[in-house]
Amino acid sequence: MTFTSDELATIATLKAQYPHPKAAIMPVLYMAQKKWGWISDDVVRTVADVMELPTSHVKGVASFYTMYFKKPMGKHHIQVCTNVSCMLRGGEAIYDHVKQRFGIGHNEATADGTISLEEVECMGACGGAPMIAINEDFYENVSLATVDAVIDGHVKKA
Amino acid sequence: MYTAPHIVLPQIPNLHRIDTYLANGGYAAYRKALSMTPDQVIDEVKRSGLRGRGGACFPTGLKWSFMPKGNDKPKYLAINGDESEPGSFKDRQIFESNPHQLIEGILIAGYAMGVKQAFIYIRGEYHKWVNMMEDAVREAYDKGYVGERMKQTFGGDYTIDIVVHKGAGAYICGEETSLMNSLEGDRAYPRFKPPFPANKGLWGMPTTINNVETIATVPAILSMGADAYSKIGAPGHAGTILYGVSGHVNKPGVYELPTGALLTDIIQNVCGGVPGNKKVKAVIPGGSSMPPLRGDEIEGVRMDEESLKVLGTHIGTAGIMVMDEDTDIVKVTLRIARFYHHESCGQCTPCREGCGWMEKVLHRIEHGDATSSDIDLLLNVASNIEGNTICALGDAAAWPVRGFILKFREEFEARCKPQRNYISLNVVHGRRATADTLTRSY
Ligand SMILES: Cc1cc2nc3c(=O)[nH]c(=O)nc-3n(C[C@H](O)[C@H](O)[C@H](O)COP(=O)(O)O)c2cc1C
Ligand code: SF4
Ligand code: FES
Repeated sequence: MTFTSDELATIATLKAQYPHPKAAIMPVLYMAQKKWGWISDDVVRTVADVMELPTSHVKGVASFYTMYFKKPMGKHHIQVCTNVSCMLRGGEAIYDHVKQRFGIGHNEATADGTISLEEVECMGACGGAPMIAINEDFYENVSLATVDAVIDGHVKKA
Repeated sequence: MYTAPHIVLPQIPNLHRIDTYLANGGYAAYRKALSMTPDQVIDEVKRSGLRGRGGACFPTGLKWSFMPKGNDKPKYLAINGDESEPGSFKDRQIFESNPHQLIEGILIAGYAMGVKQAFIYIRGEYHKWVNMMEDAVREAYDKGYVGERMKQTFGGDYTIDIVVHKGAGAYICGEETSLMNSLEGDRAYPRFKPPFPANKGLWGMPTTINNVETIATVPAILSMGADAYSKIGAPGHAGTILYGVSGHVNKPGVYELPTGALLTDIIQNVCGGVPGNKKVKAVIPGGSSMPPLRGDEIEGVRMDEESLKVLGTHIGTAGIMVMDEDTDIVKVTLRIARFYHHESCGQCTPCREGCGWMEKVLHRIEHGDATSSDIDLLLNVASNIEGNTICALGDAAAWPVRGFILKFREEFEARCKPQRNYISLNVVHGRRATADTLTRSY
């Protein structure tokens, strides 16, 4: 499990952006997650190596944040917001529907690895509540009537 | 209805491109700043009456004046775009529609404080908006408006570098000292204050942290002058503000209006009223941590910090959450408590344990499994968190719970059993304390 020489060059640039190279740990963890899907212990060791930091430090940082996955997630990671603004406009019903449709719960993935689900806190899109996100894309003003089409459309596009 | 200019979000198509921004007078405010001394710029911002838009309303010019003078060590500016307080979604609009005004604000603030490096910290979920901001910064570098080439573009010696830094999903990173730890590559635990960031901030160096909207407002102040700016909106809390309205209104969204706008005007006229013409039951005026107002007390309420303070609440992030008459208040309170429990970093016992406790007790109330003494227990736990923690997340968790109970106690009572169920009490006896013993021992 190693970074390519191009990736190592990117990492060097990232480190140089900051007064201290340690600050590049978050962008490097993102690179690692993009490449290997989630932050396994092997990934932690690889990142620790290139960052010249103790593995315990890398693990500590990775586990602090919800967006670094602690286990494999689906190819399409569906995030449904159920915080107040979304809840007021039906976010919980949407979450329950997605749960049932794919037979998975919070932070679980389907057996074939295509879909995973996460109940998320406010995504900063409350004006478009209720909202879901799939991977990096936001879908606002969804409803029980449209959520299936939104998901299918995203899967088809990808 | 409101004649205040749109100065943070002007309605100009393609303003996110630097060419459009320049064609509309962009970077002229920075040139104006350069014709003044750094102290004069700080003074101008002080006189404008600008107060921070990140939630605490701290006077911006005053904050800048805390930064030590001289260039014997590096100084930093961190722009807070973590925007994770439920109900807040206005900084996103700046990344999307007017990123260059944020960059120009950074140039002005940097010049005023002698900062050579700035960081824009954006919450990780905002992938698309991180990219937009990065594109804008890249464009500014390419055209010589940021970085070394500023010397040719603007003359003089001053330059500043800007790095966009993406968070990874933790509300606490919006707290300024947590943000600094996150940026430095550590776990994002808040730090004790003092030392304050202006003395010992990022990498131990003097640092100023400002909200995105705060800094994006600065070029407008330089352009129109402090006097003109200070006359917009409410006295004591000047300017325009980006109200983010969500929940039960027909036209939710971000609206730039003067401070001190009437809350009923915002709901009824700007946002088209409540769906189905229902009555308003409750309004959270500034993001989920702010104590709510009852629907029957919003008449005449003005949306500025001084007016809201009198009513026991705050403008916060100006994220207005509107709830209609059918809203289940207990459920809303539980959802908010669950959020803060989830986001507590766990460093301080009152916050870590208290937030968990509040969630559990509220859950019990929601499930009809509690008695009135549990409501008093909640108030008690809230008071024990408040003021006893390293950072203000503790207060942010305590305020809404107390606020909803004080304003809607009858709804909580209605969910409680009139009497304690002694049979189930006996069952739990010895396994956990009851509400009665807990409240008494405080
Ligand atoms: C738990 C917590 C979360 C916060 N989140 C944010 C945030 O997302 N954005 C923000 O600008 N300020 C946030 N703040 C306030 C910051 O600590 C800080 O006061 C602010 O960024 C200063 O900028 P200003 O003076 O321009 O308002 C938060 C504070 C606390 C206690
Ligand atoms: S108050 Fe809560 S979030 Fe803030 S430092 Fe203490 S435990 Fe962490
Ligand atoms: S509450 Fe769902 S995006 Fe803010």
